[in-house]
Amino acid sequence: MGARGQAAIGKGGDEALRVDVQDIACRRGGRMLFAGLSFTLGAGEAAHISGPNGVGKSSLLRLLCGLLLPFAGRVSATGAMSLADDRMALDADQPLARAIAFWARLDGQAETASTTALRAMGLDMLADVPVRILSTGQRKRATLARTIASGAPIWLLDEPANGLDDRSVALLGEAVQAHRRGGGIVIAASHQPLPWQADVALALTAPAVDASS
Amino acid sequence: MIGAIIRRDCGRSWSHGAAAMPVVFVLLVSTLVPFALGPDPDLLSATGGGILWIAALLASLLPVDRLIDPDREAGFIDQFIVRGVRDETIMAAKLVAHWINFGPPLLIAVLPAAALLQLPAETLLRVALSLAMGTPGLAALALMVAALTSGLRGSSALIGLLVLPLAVPLLIFGAGSLGPDSGSALKLLGACSLLLVAMTPFAAGAAMRAGRE
Repeated sequence: MGARGQAAIGKGGDEALRVDVQDIACRRGGRMLFAGLSFTLGAGEAAHISGPNGVGKSSLLRLLCGLLLPFAGRVSATGAMSLADDRMALDADQPLARAIAFWARLDGQAETASTTALRAMGLDMLADVPVRILSTGQRKRATLARTIASGAPIWLLDEPANGLDDRSVALLGEAVQAHRRGGGIVIAASHQPLPWQADVALALTAPAVDASS
Repeated sequence: MIGAIIRRDCGRSWSHGAAAMPVVFVLLVSTLVPFALGPDPDLLSATGGGILWIAALLASLLPVDRLIDPDREAGFIDQFIVRGVRDETIMAAKLVAHWINFGPPLLIAVLPAAALLQLPAETLLRVALSLAMGTPGLAALALMVAALTSGLRGSSALIGLLVLPLAVPLLIFGAGSLGPDSGSALKLLGACSLLLVAMTPFAAGAAMRAGRE
């Protein structure tokens, strides 16, 4: 476990923020998804993982935050991570603001963090609406607002622009740029173009032949 | 973090009325038994203790499919893991929360149920004592099986088949402690219960980890 990213994660005050991925490989269901992937990100930088469906974009994000174990290689990060994937992790029968405040409180954020995050994603009018009646795009924005409210310096965004209208994509772009200006790291996996300039572009391609089989 | 998981689970169980299900079930069984066996007070008070134990055992099956699956599907478990909480810790917290929602309400339900079955006060006391010691074991078993079957389709039939054989020792020592000379049966019941409680966070945690791969 010691070599895993999880062990290296701290709240990281004085230490420089950094995500270091060395030569990782991911094998799922007996199939090598990708191998020999390395990149390093420093404060304020962003990475865009692209590639066709099923190539392992989401698996890479799950590897980075410790939900999956790498088949080879290591991941180290000097800050807390927040994952925004297709699962909201918000209680369906609670008002949106309270559902997001649950996580913000766990992450040690002030009471105002969830209000600010809701405003950043244009959801402040829906703060009292139960989570279960949100539309697809609103759900995606709520997931992003949860990540913004977490205060984590490293954001992992899985298809962040899926289902968003033009105005919401612009809001997402502004939120990401504000986060990077504040020294945060953003790693996004998406098959579509994203409204910000990435420092590292990772194009995953399906390996031609699985060497191990 | 552990406190937050316990508070959330308890709050959800009460607001959804899930905590009332085992109580209603035990009361229903003890209402039906006099119809099936006839209203003979001697027969009822001789068999009543064992019937209450069987009712408690079957009642412990009712919440199993709500213990883990909804949280896993909504992404809550993933979000806890990303925040560095171990699977074992999550499962230990869930075990405590599940017992709080299952044990005490069941013990309260035993009072009216004992009146319906015309149990003498001495037997009622023994049933209550043995259930107080046995319900942590039943709760642990339910959580362990919930983790093992999490993510499987149509797992509800499997749940009964997995829980009931494993609950045989609890039932033997629990019902055994109702007769005269109940001391040693109570001690063995306590031992079984403790073993299950100690084992469950690790077994359920390992099942959750394996389920993510």
